Amino acid sequence: MSIMPPPSLGPRPLTEIEQISVLAGRGRDGSADAVARLDLKMGDVVSIVGHTGSGKTTLINDIELFADTDTPTGRRILINGAPAPAEMRDDPARNPIALITQHTTFLSDLPVGEFLHTHARIRKTSRSEIEGAIAATLAFANELTGEPIVLDSRMTELSGGQTRSLLIADATIICNTPIVLLDEVENAGIHRTRALELLRRHRKIFIFVTHDPRIALLSDYRIVMREGRIADVLYTDAAERLLAPMVARLDDRLSHLRDRIRRGDRVSPVELEGVA
Amino acid sequence: MKLVICAGPATTGKTSVLRHAIQRLQRRGRRPAFFKLDVQYAEEDEQIARDFGIPTRKVYSGELCPDHCNVMVLGDALQWARGAGCDVLLVETAGLCLRCSPYVDGGLGIIVLEATSGMNLPLKVGPMLSLADVAVVTKIDRISQAEREVFRARIQDVAPSVAIRETNALHGIGIDPLVDRILATPDAGDNLLLRGNPPVGTCTICVGKKEIGWKSHFGVVRTLDNQLFYRGE
Repeated sequence: MSIMPPPSLGPRPLTEIEQISVLAGRGRDGSADAVARLDLKMGDVVSIVGHTGSGKTTLINDIELFADTDTPTGRRILINGAPAPAEMRDDPARNPIALITQHTTFLSDLPVGEFLHTHARIRKTSRSEIEGAIAATLAFANELTGEPIVLDSRMTELSGGQTRSLLIADATIICNTPIVLLDEVENAGIHRTRALELLRRHRKIFIFVTHDPRIALLSDYRIVMREGRIADVLYTDAAERLLAPMVARLDDRLSHLRDRIRRGDRVSPVELEGVA
Repeated sequence: MKLVICAGPATTGKTSVLRHAIQRLQRRGRRPAFFKLDVQYAEEDEQIARDFGIPTRKVYSGELCPDHCNVMVLGDALQWARGAGCDVLLVETAGLCLRCSPYVDGGLGIIVLEATSGMNLPLKVGPMLSLADVAVVTKIDRISQAEREVFRARIQDVAPSVAIRETNALHGIGIDPLVDRILATPDAGDNLLLRGNPPVGTCTICVGKKEIGWKSHFGVVRTLDNQLFYRGE
C-alpha cells in the first residue's frame, strides 16, 4: 500500500521551522549539560534515552515549554536560532509541537471515520482535502498495526496497538505540527521499524523518549540523560547501523514467542535457535 | 489589590492551577491571599496555608446558591485580604452552576476546564466560559492531539476572545503565562460589578442587581462571618 504525501492543511505556521536548538542548562547536581548547544534539524529522528528519573521527561517538557532559562534546568530552546516567537508561546493553535505520551488516549466514543472527520474539519479545508486526509491517516495507521482499523469501528473499541497507531498517524498527518514528541509510546504493539520508515517520509522533527533499543538504533542520534543532565549525544555509527536489523530480528523472535505464550502454546528452545 | 476569580467544574484542577500560581506569585515578590468558596466541604485553604504560609479563608455557601454567596461575600473578602496585607486575592469558587458566572468587572476571570471531559464540554458550560478572560485547559497530556485541537476550536467558537492556556497542572507546565496575565490585571476598585446577567429569578441578584456586597441586597443575605439572615421589610 502506498502512502500519500501529507496533504497541506489549515493555516500555515507563521514561522517555517528549520531547526530547534537546546542551549545547555544544568542537571540536578548543578553540573552543566555536556553539549553547549544541540541543533535538531527538520527531518531528524531523535531518541532520548536514560534510566527512569534521569531527566528525559524534563527535557521534553523544556522543549514543549520553549524554556528560556525559566525552568528548573535553566535550558533555553531556540527556534531557527532565536527565542520562540510570542505567538508560539501564547496561542496554542500556533504551537508547533504535538505530544503523545504513554498516558495519551482517545476519549471520544465515536466511529473512527466521524472522529477523524471532526478533527480534519476544524482545519477548515475543502471536502476533498478532508476526505484525503482521513484516507491517508487511516492507511498510515493500518501500516503500523497488525489489526486493521476500519472507519466504522468505535474509537473506544480500538485495541492498545490500534490506538497508538491512530494517535501517531493523526498527529503526523492531520495535525500540521512540525515537531512530534513521542514519550514511551513503543510499548503497545506497533510495527516500530515500519513506523520509523514511514515517519521519515514526513519532513518533521520526531523526538522519541524511549527504552527501546530498536527505536534508539534507528534514530539519527540519541541524547543520553543522566541525573537530570544531557550526558552525551551519540550519533548512530556504522557498527550500530549494522546492529539495528539484528536487534529487529531478535526483537521479532521475542515478540513471536510472547504471542505464542499468550495464545497458550507450549514453546521450546527452537523458538530462539541461532539467536540465544 | 488584584482580584482573580477562578471557576470551573469540580475536579478539573482549579486548586492545582492556583497552587502553581501562588508559588510563582511569591517567587515574584507578591503577597497572595487565597479564598475558597464551596458548598459544604473544602480543605484546600488549610493545605495552602500550611504549604505556602499565606492568609487563607473559606466559606461554605450551604443553603445559598454558591454564585449568589460569592456576590454577597466578595466585597468583605477583598477587605479581609487588604487587612491581611496582601496584594493579590485568588478566589476559588465552587463553580457548579452552568447558568451563572462568578466573574466581576475589574477582576480577572479564569475558567479551568479539563481536556479529558470530552470534546463537547466547551459547548455546555455557558457564561462560565463565554465571560471568562482566560480558559485554562488541564490534563492535556491525557488526550490525543485531535481531541486537544477540537476542544480548543470549540472554546474559540463559544468564547472567541478568551485566551486559552493549555497546561499540565501536575507539572506546572504552562502556568507562567497565566501568572503574567494575573500581574497585568489592573487593581480592583471598590465598586465591583458582576460581569454577567444572572438567570431570571426572584431574589435581588436573580433580578439583575449586580452590585457586589450584601449591603446592596435584600431578602436572605449573608456576610463573610455570619450565616444567613433576613434583610429588608
